Amino acid sequence: MPLKKELKKVLVIGSGPIIIGQAAEFDYAGTQACKALRQAGLEVVLINSNPATIMTDKAMADEVYIEPLTEDVVKRVILKEKPDGVLSTLGGQTGLNLSMALARSGFLDEHGVELLGANVETIDKAEDRQAFKDTMRKIGEPTIPSKVVESVDDAMDFAASIGYPVIVRPAFTLGGTGGGIAATPKDLHRIATRGLRLSPIHQVLIERDISGWKEIEFEVMRDGKGNVITVCSMENFDPVGIHTGDSIVVAPCQTLSDKEYQMLRTSALKIISTLKVEGGCNCQFALNPDNFNYAVIEVNPRVSRSSALASKATGYPIAKIASLIAVGFSLDEITNDITGKTPACFEPVIDYIVVKFPRWPFDKFVYARRTLGTQMKATGEIMAIGNSFEQGMMKAIRSIELGFDTLSVEKYRKASDEEIVEALGRKDDERCFVVYEALYRGIPMDQIHAITMIDMWFLDKLRHLAIMERDLCEKGIGDDRAAERITVARQLGFLDSTIARLTRLPYNPKTCHVELPEAVEKQIKMKPYASFKMVDTCAGEFDAETPYFYSTRDSENEAEEFLEEHASGKKRIMVFGSGPIRIGQGIEFDYCAVHCAWALRELGYEAIIVNNNPETVSTDFDTSDRLYFEPLTAEDVRAIVETEQPDGAIVQFGGQTAIKLTQHLDEIKVPILGTDPKYIDAAEDRELFDECLERCGIPRPKGGTVFKTEEALAEANRLGYPVLLRPSYVLGGQNMIIAHTDDDVREYMGIITSHEIKNPVLIDKYLMGKEVEVDAICDGENFLIPGIMEHVEKAGVHSGDSISVYPPHTLSEKVQQTIIDYTGKLAKELHVIGLMNIQFVVMDETVYVIEVNPRSSRTVPYISKVTDVPMVDMATRIMMGETLKDMGIDHSGLHPVKDHVAVKVPVFSFSKLEDVDTQLGPEMKSTGEVLGVAKTFEDAIYKGFVARAGSDIVRSGAVLLTVRDIDKPEIIDIGRRFHALGFKLNATVGTAKVLRENGLPVHVVRRLSEARPNIGDLLENREVDYVVSTSTKGRQPGIDEVKMRRKAVDNSVTLMTALDTVRALLGCLESKSALADIPLVDITKI
Amino acid sequence: MSYFKKDKRAYLLLADGSVYQGYHFGCEGTTIGEIVFTTGMTGYQEVLTDPSYCGQIVMQTYPLIGNYGINNSDMESSKSWVNGYIVREWCEAPSNFREAGTIDAFLKSQGKVGIWDVDTRQLTRKIRRQGTMNGAITTEDVFAHKDALLEKIRSYKIVNPVPKVSVSKLGWFYERENRANHVALMDFGYKHNILEKLLQFGCNVTVMPWNSTMEDIRELNPDGIMLSNGPGDPTDNIQVIDNIKRFIDYGKPIFGICLGHQLMALANGAKTEKMPFGHRGLNQPVKDLTQDRVYITSQNHGYAVVNNTVDPSVGQITHINMNDGTCEGIAYPDIHAFTVQFHPEASAGPNDTRYLFEKFTDLMERGQEGCL
Repeated sequence: MPLKKELKKVLVIGSGPIIIGQAAEFDYAGTQACKALRQAGLEVVLINSNPATIMTDKAMADEVYIEPLTEDVVKRVILKEKPDGVLSTLGGQTGLNLSMALARSGFLDEHGVELLGANVETIDKAEDRQAFKDTMRKIGEPTIPSKVVESVDDAMDFAASIGYPVIVRPAFTLGGTGGGIAATPKDLHRIATRGLRLSPIHQVLIERDISGWKEIEFEVMRDGKGNVITVCSMENFDPVGIHTGDSIVVAPCQTLSDKEYQMLRTSALKIISTLKVEGGCNCQFALNPDNFNYAVIEVNPRVSRSSALASKATGYPIAKIASLIAVGFSLDEITNDITGKTPACFEPVIDYIVVKFPRWPFDKFVYARRTLGTQMKATGEIMAIGNSFEQGMMKAIRSIELGFDTLSVEKYRKASDEEIVEALGRKDDERCFVVYEALYRGIPMDQIHAITMIDMWFLDKLRHLAIMERDLCEKGIGDDRAAERITVARQLGFLDSTIARLTRLPYNPKTCHVELPEAVEKQIKMKPYASFKMVDTCAGEFDAETPYFYSTRDSENEAEEFLEEHASGKKRIMVFGSGPIRIGQGIEFDYCAVHCAWALRELGYEAIIVNNNPETVSTDFDTSDRLYFEPLTAEDVRAIVETEQPDGAIVQFGGQTAIKLTQHLDEIKVPILGTDPKYIDAAEDRELFDECLERCGIPRPKGGTVFKTEEALAEANRLGYPVLLRPSYVLGGQNMIIAHTDDDVREYMGIITSHEIKNPVLIDKYLMGKEVEVDAICDGENFLIPGIMEHVEKAGVHSGDSISVYPPHTLSEKVQQTIIDYTGKLAKELHVIGLMNIQFVVMDETVYVIEVNPRSSRTVPYISKVTDVPMVDMATRIMMGETLKDMGIDHSGLHPVKDHVAVKVPVFSFSKLEDVDTQLGPEMKSTGEVLGVAKTFEDAIYKGFVARAGSDIVRSGAVLLTVRDIDKPEIIDIGRRFHALGFKLNATVGTAKVLRENGLPVHVVRRLSEARPNIGDLLENREVDYVVSTSTKGRQPGIDEVKMRRKAVDNSVTLMTALDTVRALLGCLESKSALADIPLVDITKI
Repeated sequence: MSYFKKDKRAYLLLADGSVYQGYHFGCEGTTIGEIVFTTGMTGYQEVLTDPSYCGQIVMQTYPLIGNYGINNSDMESSKSWVNGYIVREWCEAPSNFREAGTIDAFLKSQGKVGIWDVDTRQLTRKIRRQGTMNGAITTEDVFAHKDALLEKIRSYKIVNPVPKVSVSKLGWFYERENRANHVALMDFGYKHNILEKLLQFGCNVTVMPWNSTMEDIRELNPDGIMLSNGPGDPTDNIQVIDNIKRFIDYGKPIFGICLGHQLMALANGAKTEKMPFGHRGLNQPVKDLTQDRVYITSQNHGYAVVNNTVDPSVGQITHINMNDGTCEGIAYPDIHAFTVQFHPEASAGPNDTRYLFEKFTDLMERGQEGCL
């Protein structure tokens, strides 16, 4: 079946902001969809509220709406653009839910719009718990004893009838939000209550816990003709019970015989055929390790995180094929891009093993509950490819960037055997390290297996790594088996730097080799650097042209061969990606890396991408000329350099991950394109940077560096409170606090000094000013600022967590001019070639610089889109030798200001992370962002708030105000404004007193720790619509205020912890605009 | 203990003179064979016991082999027929509830020489480019006798292996006396699962030796004949092809699989040819032209029926391989026969084409309907 004839124009719905459970994988899927549809000759209209994505780029679709993803807004886009079809399965749960709502209400039919990729019946059968169970029963596929309930009492009754423990799964929530395992009636009461509330249809599934069964996934595809194929099977390292997004996953399945494999494969194909899915589908199974019993756990009839992983693991582009199927093509009509000859209607086979490792945000959220369960907590993931599990695992550990190069963790090495055995029972993010430690010290595998139920196969493989690490450490090269040991260690995935560390031999950072005695060296037959093999979907059966490689320690180097056969004579430039998505280093950097690769290719260079994140567009094999799926460490990169012999490397676009490679690349004489490494260092090093500011005559908040608590106290008092404390060399404001008292300083230094402290702690006077941010493109001579961004929240709230407004709406002409001047001075002083990001604080008309990053920043995608300045493209051209003048920019300074306002609003994933304090501060907490674009500030921010919430703002009701003393003067006006809007005021005693003294009617609410009814009841009964909460103390989950804020989040009550945010919201409420009246903006027409 | 079983060296010598060093598993010694690769990521036990591999040294492209061990039920025949086995890594600590031993122990019990820790991808790519080639695995010092060994390798040929792998006496598999269909399963090296599937589909089965004649068949009076898979060059089987010509006249439905498909084609005047490196794996896409549907199939063959040698007045090509367009199935409507190149019985591999067994039983029950 070729393209459906009636289709000319298709609407693609994106997945919105990055949140836990719905992340960059949908940018990858959506980008592939847009590309595939346009190649098929269709006009593509896109709607997505997320400005940080590639898919919302002008180049990706014919019309691009960065607008709130609500039913009303999508309807308006449909009315305006009149598409013939809506693609529903590429935008995650958000896109799917929206499409279904439009279809169910009859809107699509009414307007002659075809629902593509899914039909309502299919989705209901897969997503509605009871309908799904009934369908499975009808076709004879086993499911787990379970019942859909709509009340806590029913949940308790059913659990009593099937026995504890039971699993609670809320219907229609993404990433399993609100789910959990309940071991007791008390647990169940708590989890079911929350689950019911979070489910949009007020349903949860209670099911029997099948802990210890294997968790197996199949990615399958089906076309309109009924052709079905399996793309990839995956096996979870952890048995069922831990969300697959939080599990270490391998592909293909390792411990299943063909009988078991085919049994589940047949089941998956039967399911997709029964559901009549047209596109991709993910089927999750639980398999009893002791017999052939299995159960279907979950079916996702859409493109998902797992499908992105399966695509990268096999090379099979699921999202692209799913899009083509949705518009009418059948699998046998689509070509397999990898071989270029064979059809897409086949099953990939691989000749390597893939290990996926999640990246959790617990390094940021030190107080978060690390327990893993049915609710996903990871913000991102990495994928590693090797020809053994051991090699894959070692690469994974390096890719995840937690500072480890083996699975050994110091604190577990120091623990007693009893502590280790106890820790084995904890299902948290560190369990694989605990398992490794247990194996390292020889705790029997049977015992580990009995506690963890992790398959013996995985345990045995980890044991190999433990044996090797131990031998390297204890035997080193001290016996006659040294050469063999080193050889095998390298094959298992140990880096030379790790071998050197463990054997205490010297390491040459230039060659990246451990320096072995000649006698040993002579016996080693291995090539000095890793070789590369191709990912080709067919295990070598066909000649493939895919420029997609991974390293092994074999002698044959397919990448080298590829380079010889495809010699283009073009110069080769390496571009580094940013690794796993984590708070502070998100999808924005992928946007930059991808644009850089595109720009390079357009300029006639070969772009080589190195990255390890399977969710992203940068790791799509056709983004670059060659893709190396590898860890981003100096030594891993060294091997690629050896093969590629690049003419240059670009580190500006891969966040801090890439910046960290600068020194090594410089040492081995790979030219760093763009800003010279010594100036990168000057911006990162506190002292050098201070000198630089002094030379430029630019003021910065006073401050110093300290190592000890006493020094910190003295310095804090010298500067005067409040002060900002942070470790030097940080990312995303990690471990940064604002201290208001000596006690705060003591608490902070206590935590910091409990770890070994290598770098000093920075302590700065904290200025309560306006925060302003600028990204600039510089060519060494001239500079261009696409736009100045003003933050709504005062300095002190991390820039990534602030609402950012373009153009600035309160800055004076003089201040703006100063900002432009300072930017020019710093660009010159730091000899910036390419991009730089500067953060300013403006206080009493004085402009201070607080930070300079000589690299791309998270605001680059957004500001590029709203100012129509292709920043990455221009920066890349500059790095390759062009000047701003060449591009028609004659004068340094600010790009002409656009006549619209664009507001970037951060989005948080607090509901997924238990015990995390939601109060905003200098530590970044947001996972994503949305954009609102309109003619006025109020309208733009209004759109932003709607986009963040996914629904219109609440215009009447009640608020709860509870603020710390220093905020009390400001709360009066806020209270007054809420009151004037007709909101009922609630407040805690202190805040209430201030409000009452100022003549406002206010209801006093007791604190959480006081007698009921108290704040808790107010929140649980959802008697308030907004909560405004600030407190001097925070972070620790035991604190009353933190508990209260958690309660607000867990009860889905809008919570604000910065008064500036509240004022912005009030501005929206007070303006008479209705969402329906604010025009839609097609950013391709800006 | 050595590092993870790397005890004794083994060498792989190819007909082109190249030597690959690895370690030995299974038995020690020297073995010669035709080297073929299979891309299945599961099903190594089925591969090792599939008689179609008789005379071949099999290489797995999937690097981790033996993860679930060897069990007592996934045997496709009573023993292993391969001449040797090449893997990147085998698993000494397999994990599966049915596991009854390691692959190493199994090879030892079967007297098979194996080599591991070689770059199987490099070898696969070589075979893909240069075509299937002969080679030897040896645990001796390969360099000491290289020329003599090379000579043996180069002259090695799999000649008429069918008699070797076939039963010599009839075997009866009757589930129930009153079953509707009775199938004569011609054993050219049948995989156990062909028998299994026929039984599952309600047939009684008599396994017949490879050289069973029309008279033998007539005496048995089956409702249908299954021509099994098997090893080697189909044209070697002159006597069998002759017999099949007479089976055709008998008028009972015939179902041919793999070698059976090729032999049927030869009996009907078509030609077969050796493929550069064959199809061996569990992921081969085959289009059923009668339904315009693509199925994923299990395959293991080095020869194929040449498309344009099939006389359209006799047989119609019903299935083609989506990757290279080779013939994957022929229907002979006039004589109630159909044959496929792939393995609808699976084991190892997908069960997607099990409908063909239904078609066969249908044909036996309602022969007059034809089979296109």
